[in-house]
Amino acid sequence: MTELSKQKALVQYAAQIGDNGLIIGHRMSEWCFRAPSIEMEMALMNCALDLIGQARELYTYAATTQGEGKTEDDFAYLRDEQDFRNALLTEVPNGDWGDTIVRLFFMSAYNKLFFTALTSSKDSELAAIGAKSLKEVTYHLRFSSEWLIRLGDGTEESHTRVQNSIDSLWAYTGELFTMTDAENLLLEDGIAVDVTALKADWVTLVAQILEQATLTFPTNDWAQLGGKAKGQHTEHMGYIITDMQYMQRRYPGCEW
Amino acid sequence: MVEAVASTNRNFDPADVWTILEEVKDPEIPVLSIVDLGIARGVNECEEGKLEIIISPTYSGCPAMYMLEEQIKETLNHHGFLDSIVTTQLSPAWTTDWMTEVGKQKLEAYGIAPPEKTTSNKSVLFGGQKKISCPKCKSDNSEQISEFGSTACKALYRCLDCLEPFDYFKCI
Repeated sequence: MTELSKQKALVQYAAQIGDNGLIIGHRMSEWCFRAPSIEMEMALMNCALDLIGQARELYTYAATTQGEGKTEDDFAYLRDEQDFRNALLTEVPNGDWGDTIVRLFFMSAYNKLFFTALTSSKDSELAAIGAKSLKEVTYHLRFSSEWLIRLGDGTEESHTRVQNSIDSLWAYTGELFTMTDAENLLLEDGIAVDVTALKADWVTLVAQILEQATLTFPTNDWAQLGGKAKGQHTEHMGYIITDMQYMQRRYPGCEW
Repeated sequence: MVEAVASTNRNFDPADVWTILEEVKDPEIPVLSIVDLGIARGVNECEEGKLEIIISPTYSGCPAMYMLEEQIKETLNHHGFLDSIVTTQLSPAWTTDWMTEVGKQKLEAYGIAPPEKTTSNKSVLFGGQKKISCPKCKSDNSEQISEFGSTACKALYRCLDCLEPFDYFKCI
């Protein structure tokens, strides 16, 4: 195995955090013109914009650190599926409104803890991006928590359906708390966040909202892994990449 | 005779530059300048006569940032500061505390409720939601319709007295 340089690890790390934002942001933008009401549509698009904005900052930093003259666009539009290291949770299809809310809730609860920790990174650029992002994901967490409570503690129909969303997406949450080689390497220097240490707080936060929502906290701990560590994605990822990258692949270098 | 456009850069006086920057308005809220909003953070002279303007984005994905950069360069160019550069600075993260008092007054007159003065409690998950005063009739009897409004920096409210919906500039 070739030795992973710290510089390369930092490029991977920044890009990987960005991948989470870009892919879930892309998924949420698919709700455009389809949300249940105009206010909810604006809310989802605003969240998506924040997440894609965060991805842009992270990709720009990855590109600068890499020093090969690439830009944020190379990271978003010209990498292949296996180069994306987003957690699988971010790429699962939107499903119904409950599925989308649960996915955003799981991710926002994680993001809130993650970006709080990233604020103390020894890497000043990552710390700055962390501080900026933290303000935004706090709103996402509030928005998704309120919806989760409304659906869980709503009608029998909404309760049953959103419980199903939780149970079916649960297997994708464990991956968020696994460490990659790049993360372990950067953790030694105080640059990366130890995500394994975030899990207890995440569980507490999620359990607290589920209780308010009269929903049952899943007991199954089995986790589906692959996206974050190896770039092994669900069958849905290829379609996202195709949709997102079509213009740049078909018309290389096109701008508008 | 028409006076020729300055062929050399003007002498650097920070106060002049700040005044010029007030001409650059936010494309979404055209009554506010980037100085009112606290987006413009610093003015440096990076080499003889060449300026560097430091800006901080309100939100990570704010689509106005690129346009603002171009407008800053163009405006400075027009005033004889040629080839200025604009640098984006993320840290410290932009906060509504940086909005000037004049900016808040202009915002309210424009029909958008300005952000609250205090910035504690920003990370509170629930509750602690204060009553926002209606920019039209000034009643505090309002309710939130949506956490998110027409742009990332705003939330949507409705006045329960005059019944007008209005934007609230979120406090972050």
